[in-house]
Amino acid sequence: MASIRLTVNGAPQAIEAWDPDMPLLYALRNDLGLHAAKFGCGLGQCGSCTVLLDDAPVRSCTVRLKDAAGRRIVTAEGLGSPEKPHPVQAAFIAEQAAQCGYCTNGMVMSAVALLRQVPRPTREQAQEALAGNLCRCGSHDRVLRAVQRAAGAPRA
Amino acid sequence: MPSESRPSPGASTLTRRSLLEAGALVVGFCFAPAGPARGQSGAAAAGAPRALPLDQVDSFLALRADGRVVVRSGKVDLGTGHRIAMRQMVGEELGIAVDRIDLIEGDTALTPNQGPTAGSTGVMRGGVELRQAAATAREALLTMAAERLQVPVAELTLADGEVRAAGGRSIAVAALLGERGFDVKMNPKAPLKRPSQYVLVGQSLPRPDVPAKVTGRHVYVHDHVLPGMLHGRVLRPPAVGAKVEAVDESSIARLPGVRVVRILDFVGVVCADEWAAVRAARELKVRWSESATLIGHDALVGWARTGPFVAEEVIAAKGDAQRVAALGGAADALRATYSWPIQSHGSIGPSCAVADVRADGGTVWTASQASHRFLNVFAALVDLPRDKLRVVYLDGAGCYGMNGHDDAAADAVLLSKAVGKPVRVQWSREDELGWDPKGPPQLLELKATLTPDGRIDAWETDMWVPRATANLEWVPLLAPLAAGMRQPVGQSVGLVSQNGDPPYPANGVKVSAHWLGPAPLRPSNIRAPGKVANCFAVESFVDELAAKAKIDPLAFRLRDMTNPRGAEVLRRMAQLIDWQARPSPTAARRGGVAVGRGMAYIHYKNSETYVAIAMDVEVERSSGEIVVRRVCCAHDCGLMINPDAVRAQVEGNILQTLSRTLYEETTFDRSRVTSVDWGSYRLLRFPAVPRLEIALIDRPDQPPLGAGEAASSPVPAALANAVFDATGVRLRSVPFGSGKLKALLS
Repeated sequence: MASIRLTVNGAPQAIEAWDPDMPLLYALRNDLGLHAAKFGCGLGQCGSCTVLLDDAPVRSCTVRLKDAAGRRIVTAEGLGSPEKPHPVQAAFIAEQAAQCGYCTNGMVMSAVALLRQVPRPTREQAQEALAGNLCRCGSHDRVLRAVQRAAGAPRA
Repeated sequence: MPSESRPSPGASTLTRRSLLEAGALVVGFCFAPAGPARGQSGAAAAGAPRALPLDQVDSFLALRADGRVVVRSGKVDLGTGHRIAMRQMVGEELGIAVDRIDLIEGDTALTPNQGPTAGSTGVMRGGVELRQAAATAREALLTMAAERLQVPVAELTLADGEVRAAGGRSIAVAALLGERGFDVKMNPKAPLKRPSQYVLVGQSLPRPDVPAKVTGRHVYVHDHVLPGMLHGRVLRPPAVGAKVEAVDESSIARLPGVRVVRILDFVGVVCADEWAAVRAARELKVRWSESATLIGHDALVGWARTGPFVAEEVIAAKGDAQRVAALGGAADALRATYSWPIQSHGSIGPSCAVADVRADGGTVWTASQASHRFLNVFAALVDLPRDKLRVVYLDGAGCYGMNGHDDAAADAVLLSKAVGKPVRVQWSREDELGWDPKGPPQLLELKATLTPDGRIDAWETDMWVPRATANLEWVPLLAPLAAGMRQPVGQSVGLVSQNGDPPYPANGVKVSAHWLGPAPLRPSNIRAPGKVANCFAVESFVDELAAKAKIDPLAFRLRDMTNPRGAEVLRRMAQLIDWQARPSPTAARRGGVAVGRGMAYIHYKNSETYVAIAMDVEVERSSGEIVVRRVCCAHDCGLMINPDAVRAQVEGNILQTLSRTLYEETTFDRSRVTSVDWGSYRLLRFPAVPRLEIALIDRPDQPPLGAGEAASSPVPAALANAVFDATGVRLRSVPFGSGKLKALLS
């Protein structure tokens, strides 16, 4: 049983893991009770499980727990709450940019990462940045509007 | 707005007798702190036997002492916005704000059985039923108040939780009712608010679940946690129909605390640790028999033509039958064959369910569209009387029909019963794309002649569709099938034979269905069942006829359109896209890129929502790649309860169906499905998302119709027609892969 230390949403955590190769996603969901990141494919193909690892968006279903040791992780819970949403989350709410909402975690995390790199992205830049995030309900246009809104851009 | 970030409904013990108090308990949950859901044992949580007849107001509504209203909806919010729309419809009639309404959805112990949430019936049937309950309740309250206040009903108003009379006298509705409920029968004639009086209906109020979804607090069935809950996984065979020959439990001896459950060919693993369960399902050595019972996706069209057939049916016969009969030998008839592939629901979250089945009762938490129906199924599987089992709806990933969620629930039920503890089952990506019941294949052959002035003379549609998809007695669930258990009647699927006739005048029309035996892969309903493929064929063929007559496609459709609402969506669509009248193909080019525009129209089910869609496309001639630049849609679903929620449905219908048309096909060989990840089963991605322009036509004086499906149906034909306009090449089989178009272009 290995004890792996990491920082999640600003708080130090120690995860007792019988298999340090376990994907980070399972530690977040089951050991820490943080359910924002969702299992979608386990293959890094859909983006539902996206979290920030040292500020970079990663697919937590393919990051081994031992590779997250000593690093900073931020989940959607760490960004904001329904009462005090992060500006990107507030923009998603304002645009009602979710239907079932299962993929929304990944959309929000990818958008936060994009806006840190490119504060005023064009619609095309946002489309490219979100290319690895799948949505089945067809909320794409609202997500793009939410990114524009969060960037303070006039409505595209 | 009430916070929706709460422990799951049904997670706590139901101790009281009356529905009113059951409702009050749920209200209490709404304000409980967010976090992992807590719960009690399944036996304790099972609902007391309770009849909730559809003709009683108390089955749908309860008033609490503090003036809040509890609404019990048998239909559920599948990400579609019902959660706000139902509140608007009830709140309007009862004169109460939406944030004072609590909604219970799809819980067999607490909600009436309003039928499955399918076929775009959520608002148009489920919501309308709730609205009538609320109108009946208002009538009853006003009558009671009139007696109490000694004032005629006509002088009373119901607002903000009280009945008011002239002169400032009022009485709280809670004081009128006390704890006894309404005890009145539904009055189908109870007067509804007039559109001019609406204060809630027609407003784009925000959906109450969005803040929690966006901040990661919303509790999906995937997030439902019970004390002592185990994680289960079920091993599906490497070939459809394969039998278990041997299970080598020593192959997973190194994994901590895993238990193997085997019932005939049903093999599952359960473990307190989810990752150990995942690994056990991957690593457990099972020897399966060989099985090669499938036909392979390449053989689908041949299978559809040769049968075996189980029935022949004339779906429609109108006008001059002799002209239709003469079509077969007519030298000048236009003929075309269209095909639609098998498709997956493609849910982003693999199906998941939690079951807690004990000897004396149990509870199942599921994202089912039909919790009431599956209560019967699950109760039979575990030999419990219906009143000892409770099925509770929790949100899942969007399903768009019966995906794997009912199978996952059956998996959890069997595993929980076997180990006597609560078990959560979540499918893998491969499970979902490989084993969800599939949208069925369809083949359509069309023939038509034109009159000398370019109108439709005779028209004949022949459709080849699996019978099982149109009149299914039960979808066999995987778990009981593998375990050799008898299954009672399950979910049926949509009416796949609708919209096979042209929505324009013709001198003679005949539509025939050649019903095939069971589909090659287990079928179920998928969004706008049958009608996506039927409209693809009909509206493509209309375009072919217009091209043959050298008439502008819009003029061809509008010329003799007798339905004013149909004509209006066509005109509004044409305005939006600034339609330039011309016959197709225009074959316009910009360098190596062909540019075109196409349209399509549907009157959904010939009786519901009207939709017209046009789109601009570009085709790279060297690669055959299609880029959709812009989609314009005019949509009339009658009275709109919440226009922004309607708009979201229209956007979703368009983008999802572009995905289905451009990319999606379930491939399979003689043994198994081979498109089992997002590389082999492609979905639309952000870079391919076009500009969307949508005109919603509101008709407050008309009944509300469905918005969850209709706009998907015209998308494939509008796309095919645009590609034809750009290139002169006609795409008649989905998906429109670049290789297919490139071959046709060269």
